[in-house]
Amino acid sequence: MPVTYKKIASVTVGAGGASSIDFTSIPATYDDVCILMSARSTGTNVNAQGFCYFTFNSLTTSFTSRRLIQDGTTVSSDSSGGRFAAYIPNSQATASTFGTMVCYIPNYRSSNNKSYSTDQGMENNSSTAYLQGLVAGLWSNSSAITSISIGGVIDSTGASANFAQYSTATLYGISKS
Amino acid sequence: MTTKLVVDCSTGVVEEVELTEEELAQREADAKAFEAAEKERKAEEALRAAKKAELLAKLGISEDDAKLLLS
Repeated sequence: MPVTYKKIASVTVGAGGASSIDFTSIPATYDDVCILMSARSTGTNVNAQGFCYFTFNSLTTSFTSRRLIQDGTTVSSDSSGGRFAAYIPNSQATASTFGTMVCYIPNYRSSNNKSYSTDQGMENNSSTAYLQGLVAGLWSNSSAITSISIGGVIDSTGASANFAQYSTATLYGISKS
Repeated sequence: MTTKLVVDCSTGVVEEVELTEEELAQREADAKAFEAAEKERKAEEALRAAKKAELLAKLGISEDDAKLLLS
């Protein structure tokens, strides 16, 4: 049972936006790590949705995941998420609304494959484009995780976008003793 | 210019770094891959809804009737 959370680093996106937020040189002094993110995309697709994904140790391979999603109308699940991290609102969503994501990575230093989970909500004060999701993910790599990138903000049209100004991400380290 | 925010957790220093050509290409590839995955998810949802409607029509009952039967 985790008993201590310590903030390792935190970042807020500036006026120019950012394609990704990368935590590098993650200290190998904790048992687990956790990321809290509040984010919005600069994408412009009318359905107000964007999404973003993970990269560990600068590697984009060996990710598999299962998503459970509700969009206000239906609940669905699929295994096509791969590196999927979260849905976030884009510039068409209600002004100043941000999506949230919590990602927990236990045993990030392990020499076994790494599991992770995310819990996320995309905010939009509208009757459409409201999404909540859970992800169970696996990174099949035996290296300790030393860097985590949350990025590749993508609009639902498939066009690349950026994290909008005031998007924030904080990395916490968790010690179990 | 497309940039990323890099946080060095050992120092706390945050740098805004321009993406390399390789990173830009990966970004575009990721965008296309995720668009395809999203389309697949929505297609599966539509197919499931169509099958459900077809079954309800075959049974001659409404969705509310089906919910009542299953409650």
